Amino acid sequence: MDRVPVLKLGDVLLVSIQTDLEDVVALALQADLSDRIVATGARGVVVDISALEIVDSFIGRVFADLAATARVLDAETVVVGMRPAVAITLVDLGLSLGGVRTALNVEKGLKILRQDLGLPMAEDLEAITSASNPLAG
Amino acid sequence: MDTTARGSPSPQDLPIEGDADVVRVRQAMRTFAIAARLGLVEQTKAVTAASELARNTLVHGGGGEATIELVSDGRRRGVRATFVDTGAGIPDVDQALTEGWSTGTGLGLGLSGSRRLVDAFDIDTAPGKGTRVCITKWAR
Repeated sequence: MDRVPVLKLGDVLLVSIQTDLEDVVALALQADLSDRIVATGARGVVVDISALEIVDSFIGRVFADLAATARVLDAETVVVGMRPAVAITLVDLGLSLGGVRTALNVEKGLKILRQDLGLPMAEDLEAITSASNPLAG
Repeated sequence: MDTTARGSPSPQDLPIEGDADVVRVRQAMRTFAIAARLGLVEQTKAVTAASELARNTLVHGGGGEATIELVSDGRRRGVRATFVDTGAGIPDVDQALTEGWSTGTGLGLGLSGSRRLVDAFDIDTAPGKGTRVCITKWAR
């Protein structure tokens, strides 16, 4: 089974979903993410779904559950990068993702988390990436 | 995929026996929706509806089959998907089509939500007789 990688960027975990999600992979992500939040003490989670061509009711529920679980574990979740056609379809489907914070892209998602949680994060993603990865730059 | 001389894909039958098959149905639905020249939003709605129904076939029908095909009414083209299972069937279709009604494993959006996403939605089911759902989405 494929797994969705969870990257640590300072106090935030970044999940970038790059493949069409099988249900079992989505459920595994939910479990992995909970484990990583506890293991790292992360305060925020950014889930980038810009590569996802559809979000159906199952995947939508996984995002809502994932955000609710993260909140219980003291981490805020922002789902970013939803395509316009996906947003239109979700609303038609009857799923408004209430309770899930969204932002247009990763940069805006990180900004929301920084403001809400007062996280000591660098001004831009590049700085965080190079700081947290000794091999970069 | 087989194609005719005009480049239209032939109808495609897909088994639905596991999670990976639901993803394959989504991908095939996308291919056919593009072939029918649906716009991006219409494609996304058609693929999402197919995903909901393929999962229903798997979870509630105990597996089954999807057939995806191009259709035309003379003026416009569209994509049609038919989902068939030989599972327990649905005792009360009106109730199952009510938004929020659920057997307890989902949000209750599968049937009612997918009906809203397409232009035509036909369901044929009875207790013990399995379920057949046919959806059509036309290019605007």
